[in-house]
Amino acid sequence: MSTGATGFLQRYQEMLGRLPGDSALRAAAAAAFKEAGLPGGTQGRRSEAWKFTSLRPLAEAEFDQSSPRHEAETTLAGLRLLDAPRVVFVDGQLRDDLSVMPAAGFARFAEQPDFGTLTWPDREPMVALNTMLATDGAVIHLSAGSDGGLIQLVSMAEGDGDYHTRHSVHLAEGARLTLVEISAGAGAHLLNTVAEIHVAEGAHLTHIRLQDEAATAFHVSTTYADVAPKATYDSFTLNLGARLSRTEIHATLSGAGAIAHLNAAQIMAGAQHSDFTTVVSHTAPNCTSRQTVKNVLADRSRGVFQGKIEVARAAQKTDGYQMNQALLLSPHAEVDSKPELEIFADDVKCSHGATVGELDPEQMFYLRSRGIPDAEARSILVRAFLAEALDAVADDTIRSRLEVAVEQWWVRQRA
Amino acid sequence: MLEIRELAASIGDKPILKGIDLTVPDGEVHAIMGPNGSGKSTLGYVLSGRDEYAVTGGSATFNGVDLLDMEPEQRAAAGVFLAFQAPIELPGVNNANFLRTALNAIRRAHGESELDAVQFLKMARVATKQLAMPDDMLKRNVNVGFSGGEKKRNEVLQMAILRPKLAILDETDSGLDIDALKIVADGVNALRGPAFSALVITHHQRLLDHLIPNRVHVLAHGRIVRSGGPELAKELEKSGYAGLIAEAA
Repeated sequence: MSTGATGFLQRYQEMLGRLPGDSALRAAAAAAFKEAGLPGGTQGRRSEAWKFTSLRPLAEAEFDQSSPRHEAETTLAGLRLLDAPRVVFVDGQLRDDLSVMPAAGFARFAEQPDFGTLTWPDREPMVALNTMLATDGAVIHLSAGSDGGLIQLVSMAEGDGDYHTRHSVHLAEGARLTLVEISAGAGAHLLNTVAEIHVAEGAHLTHIRLQDEAATAFHVSTTYADVAPKATYDSFTLNLGARLSRTEIHATLSGAGAIAHLNAAQIMAGAQHSDFTTVVSHTAPNCTSRQTVKNVLADRSRGVFQGKIEVARAAQKTDGYQMNQALLLSPHAEVDSKPELEIFADDVKCSHGATVGELDPEQMFYLRSRGIPDAEARSILVRAFLAEALDAVADDTIRSRLEVAVEQWWVRQRA
Repeated sequence: MLEIRELAASIGDKPILKGIDLTVPDGEVHAIMGPNGSGKSTLGYVLSGRDEYAVTGGSATFNGVDLLDMEPEQRAAAGVFLAFQAPIELPGVNNANFLRTALNAIRRAHGESELDAVQFLKMARVATKQLAMPDDMLKRNVNVGFSGGEKKRNEVLQMAILRPKLAILDETDSGLDIDALKIVADGVNALRGPAFSALVITHHQRLLDHLIPNRVHVLAHGRIVRSGGPELAKELEKSGYAGLIAEAA
């Protein structure tokens, strides 16, 4: 059993010598984590980046690495994975027996540890924690002009422990890949993932995240992406599960004509808390960033969107757009929205907007007057609200998989 | 048969219906006419169950069951259909999916099997053709970007597919040109039969030239002040409501 920041640090000490990769980097991360603590925890530093999300419940949770409680095979069978390679991680470790490996360009972090160059363990306590304890993950390198097709990265837990996967994705010039990250399953674990992504000139990465974990789990996902000239990083996140989740994406548009889409939908009920935080840095001219983020919040759930757009002096002709919309299905639900624009260039187009609303009673009556029962009418209007965000997923098969996940969420709520 | 007895309803503190008595036997079409603000639309909303209106007295039964005690979806399953005066836009909701969901909900309520997408589309295409609607109206979002006339036709399309036993048409003729008016009237006439009745709320005689009512009622200040045969509509077209209301007051 380990509890709180002290527990994590203790385990790091126990694992010393058995952890793959640069030990000096791990030691520095451990020092940074010890210094910062868990945001919101009793010893944690207060920070603007964690203004709306306290990790206190995480600091107080007891994680048990030892005893498996949930069958990975059972979870996997219910996932409706797509007919494509799947790399399955259970309790933070790759499981060959459950995986269908990609044809080329794949290695595991356990064998080729790569901490990358973009992450900031000194500024991000959860990234420091991952850097300290990560033992496995996916390392994907696609050569110039190659098409990696679709790869699914699946994470689930058999135990109620804390698991830290570390992914690294490099697309060389003109390469293409669709990466679908799915995390799901039962239990009261923590999944704390860090991904570093490089999309080289003219390359195209579609990155889908489906987080559908048990409402007792903790989920933290931090992504750093560097997008080169005329390259595209097209990401969509669907958060449905977890007691507390934080999805944080740092995308740097570092080459002229680069494009980033950081779209998301979060659907929450009960006492769930889901935080979607993005930092888009425009450092080169003629780049485009687009964000449509929708929250649907029932019961006492809470959704957070923090979106920062930084435009450097050199990033002329930047086109940045950010829209955050929330639908509150209960008077006790809450949404916190914090858009931030920091612009140093003088010839840019940047806009942002935020709306909060409830279901329209006229639309509800219209549907019900046609014979559609109340719960079904609500589901139709919620899905319609989400449609604009989901429409950003260009691949029909993936989009319908996500729609099924939303549909199942509704069925679970009604049960 | 629709039987309304001394029906009173208000919105907020404001009484709108002040004791309506009206019987529409099976197989009959009755027109409701009257000046703006007389309570015509309220009557339609109260019968179909919109909860902004509070029923403060009286009763409304349809084929012996108490309508006022039912949820809107239960009334729809019992055969009540309101064609909205201002049909509601549903961005992000596909028209065909909407119609199929509604039809299947009603079929489910009747213990009938649901239609799959293929069966439904086959049926819907027949209906759109009869109403001279382009096929793409099924693919578009419900009423979004529809012209006024298209919205009204979409209401009639829903009615044709859901096949209600009691249709309440709230000024379905307003904003329609003569051709569209005739299409709408034909759509209702196609449903006429011993198990279908309708309340047609209108300002104009011209719809009633194509959709000939069995009875015409004049509503003013929340009460029916006069009833008569189809000739009453023609009389009103000539003389207006003013004399009638003064006479009733």
